[in-house]
Amino acid sequence: MLLSLDEATVRFGGRAVLDAVGLGVAEHEIVCVLGPSGSGKSTLLRAVAGLQPLDGGRVLLDGRDQAGVPAHRRGVGLMFQDHQLFPQRDVAGNVAFGLRMHGASKDEQARRVGELLDLVGLPGAGRRAVASLSGGEQQRVALARALAPRPRLLMLDEPLGQLDRSLRERLVVELRELFGRLGTTVLAVTHDQGEAFALADRVVVMRDGRIAQSGTPLEVWQRPADEFVARFLGFENVVEGTVAGEAAVTPWGKLPVAEGAAQGVRSLLVRPAGVRIVDADEGLRCTVAARTFRGTHVAVQLQPEEEAPRLEAACALREAPEVGGVVGVEFDAAEIVVLG
Amino acid sequence: MRLGLVAAPVAFFGLFFAYPVAAIVARGLKVDGVWHFGRLTDVLAEPDIRHVLWFTTWQALASTALTLLIALPGAYVFARLDFPGKQVLRAVVTVPFVLPTVVVGTAFLALVGRGGLLDELWGVRLDTTVWAILLAHVFFNYAVVVRTVGGLWSQLDPRQEEAARMLGASPLKAWRQVTLPALAPAVAAAALMVFLFTFTSFGVVQILGGPTFSTLEVEIYRQTSEIFDLSTAAVLTVVQFLAVGAILAVHAGTVRRRESTLRLVDASVTARRPRGTGQWALLAGVLAVIAVLLLLPLAVLVQRSLDAPDFGYYRALTSDDGGVFLVAPIEAIGNSLQYAVVATLIAVLIGGLAAAALTRRDAGRFVRGFDALLMLPLGVSAVTVGFGFLIALDEPPLDLRSTWILVPLAQALVGVPFVVRTMLPVLRAVDQRLREAASVLGASPCRVWREVDLPMVRRALLIAAGFAFAVSLGEFGATVFIARPDNPTLPVAVARLLGRAGELNYGQAMALSTILMLVCAVALLVLERLRTDRTGEF
Repeated sequence: MLLSLDEATVRFGGRAVLDAVGLGVAEHEIVCVLGPSGSGKSTLLRAVAGLQPLDGGRVLLDGRDQAGVPAHRRGVGLMFQDHQLFPQRDVAGNVAFGLRMHGASKDEQARRVGELLDLVGLPGAGRRAVASLSGGEQQRVALARALAPRPRLLMLDEPLGQLDRSLRERLVVELRELFGRLGTTVLAVTHDQGEAFALADRVVVMRDGRIAQSGTPLEVWQRPADEFVARFLGFENVVEGTVAGEAAVTPWGKLPVAEGAAQGVRSLLVRPAGVRIVDADEGLRCTVAARTFRGTHVAVQLQPEEEAPRLEAACALREAPEVGGVVGVEFDAAEIVVLG
Repeated sequence: MRLGLVAAPVAFFGLFFAYPVAAIVARGLKVDGVWHFGRLTDVLAEPDIRHVLWFTTWQALASTALTLLIALPGAYVFARLDFPGKQVLRAVVTVPFVLPTVVVGTAFLALVGRGGLLDELWGVRLDTTVWAILLAHVFFNYAVVVRTVGGLWSQLDPRQEEAARMLGASPLKAWRQVTLPALAPAVAAAALMVFLFTFTSFGVVQILGGPTFSTLEVEIYRQTSEIFDLSTAAVLTVVQFLAVGAILAVHAGTVRRRESTLRLVDASVTARRPRGTGQWALLAGVLAVIAVLLLLPLAVLVQRSLDAPDFGYYRALTSDDGGVFLVAPIEAIGNSLQYAVVATLIAVLIGGLAAAALTRRDAGRFVRGFDALLMLPLGVSAVTVGFGFLIALDEPPLDLRSTWILVPLAQALVGVPFVVRTMLPVLRAVDQRLREAASVLGASPCRVWREVDLPMVRRALLIAAGFAFAVSLGEFGATVFIARPDNPTLPVAVARLLGRAGELNYGQAMALSTILMLVCAVALLVLERLRTDRTGEF
């Protein structure tokens, strides 16, 4: 492992912001820590960078304990949330900063700055003032600056946080390509699941200073570890039920579950795609409470007639029922997950 | 590492401040090797001394309030409005501050005293009232407020106020809620400086106060040099020391609570051409105040220096047969400049190190206490510093009396608090994450300071250096004790000339003061120029 955290703990006034976190990042891996604000993501990065001393546990880089190693000797890069470009230096001055700190020659600096500005798609921008850059350009400069000294681990704190949506979607693809090409080892944190899934080889979901789940984007998406993760990923159809065999008793009625599912009282997730709308006289009777157009599909909010939580269904535009209509609902076993 | 930063300033202050002060106190309170602390209560019981204490305090409060009232609009105008001649004017308003107190007193006497300009025109005389002292104090300290408050004001992001406006705040309310809290530490710092300067005011009160008004400082001087009662002078020094220490301690608490990270922007983008009647009226008002309060006394000074035909007073400066000095008075210019350069280097080095140490947010109580300690030389009388140097540093192991370094050391001591006060608010406003960004990119703590802090505080550093230089150039109270007769500084030379009877000596004093004024103005203009060049780089 290039980076390992071993029971890493940070407390702010008694409250554990990082609570015995264990995490490993292998070489060339892109790991994305996903969590709501206040979950300890940024503190995690700061602890690895050496900007935040640990109250317990260890941070190891290449197997070596980093206790007592100051930030400037750790050889890791950190791209700050709001970039923190040096306002009194131009673009080239910012990108060359780390190289100068590492004693690179003037020629070497100039060559590398040119190379990196080409890489991030800002060729010839070296003499521009930082204040004249757009948000996306600042982000690129910050990236070039962080990459310049060839850190063994690159950390990104909400790398695309402040950019507008279309730019974000384009940049995340660019970043993924770039890191793949360079073989960069990356540890990023974000609160945006779309960003995390698009960028990462592995996603780590954090909650209250602890790791709630770790896995490939597909694994996390398909099998959220618990209700918290499921809800954080945007799933609303989570309900408590009693699993017995291949069925679960829930307020929404009897739901089919996959073979070999954990038994007993569990949280169950029903993905919107697994909520099939049928005629009113079949299945669970619901009133259509709202419809939201989502581009590729329509999200339909359904209020069961009996006392039960709302359900969200995803259906094709043409098939979406009118608001106020009464429909029946059936469930698809393949889209139902028994949570931990 | 923090201790390392603090070590040099602490050693400096211990050796050149605490030690001499201790020496003078011992000289005053110790009789035949025995302490006589009863002297303290004896002296304070005297009605005359109580009167002096009362007057010292209330005139200082009144002067501070009046200075803030008159100078805060000036700070706004210099920070936020753009108008032709601003650079020159900014240097011009700083000139009064660096003039020797004796010259300020004389200039005001020439303006509002007997046979002065107002007396000639309308028969108005103020030299028998406290107003002459208060106005002279405003004249003196106008620049402190304009530069300390205006310097920060010009770097505050105007969009913060605009954001408040968009949230429904009126212009006045936006200013009160957003700008004023951001400025508060600078206003407090400026008010403190003004209060201390006026509390320890010497030359101005000496000349304009007559027999009626006397401050603690004047009393100390009188006891030392006229009555030769060192014991009473020492007691008064202790009293002044305690009072100033208390004020500084309270101030340090308030300032620390209020200081916060500010959004700083380049000063050149915040100033705009005046718009609307309000701003034009304000600009006109500020210019009028500067003209009447700051320029008129200086003009009277210059006019008097030219009163003799063919620049007679100036030509008399080049001859050394006046008998006042061992050398021609003109040589004082070279001496003063040399001393001031060395003093500035010392003050910036010591003050810069101290400010860097104090910037740490995790600074402990020891370091914070040091903050207050640094201000003490401002509060203790310059006369005490000079006199202390004279009696403490004249014997082994520290026999410095015959070396030239003594004068710059004393002047640097007075300059360091300026450097710290100017640098600290700006240093504390540097975003900690910028430092972290540099650190992660491989910069050692020392390198971080050089690469991140230094470029951002370069303006403040230059302003601080300018202040230190100006203060050194105009320093009088301490220098007068330790400057060697063959190497007088400009203010010392002026005072000696003023102390002599005769129109020629008076005229020469005016001429030399005018030269001092010009040297200061030129030095400050160079500094302002340097500053714009640097900012223009980015």
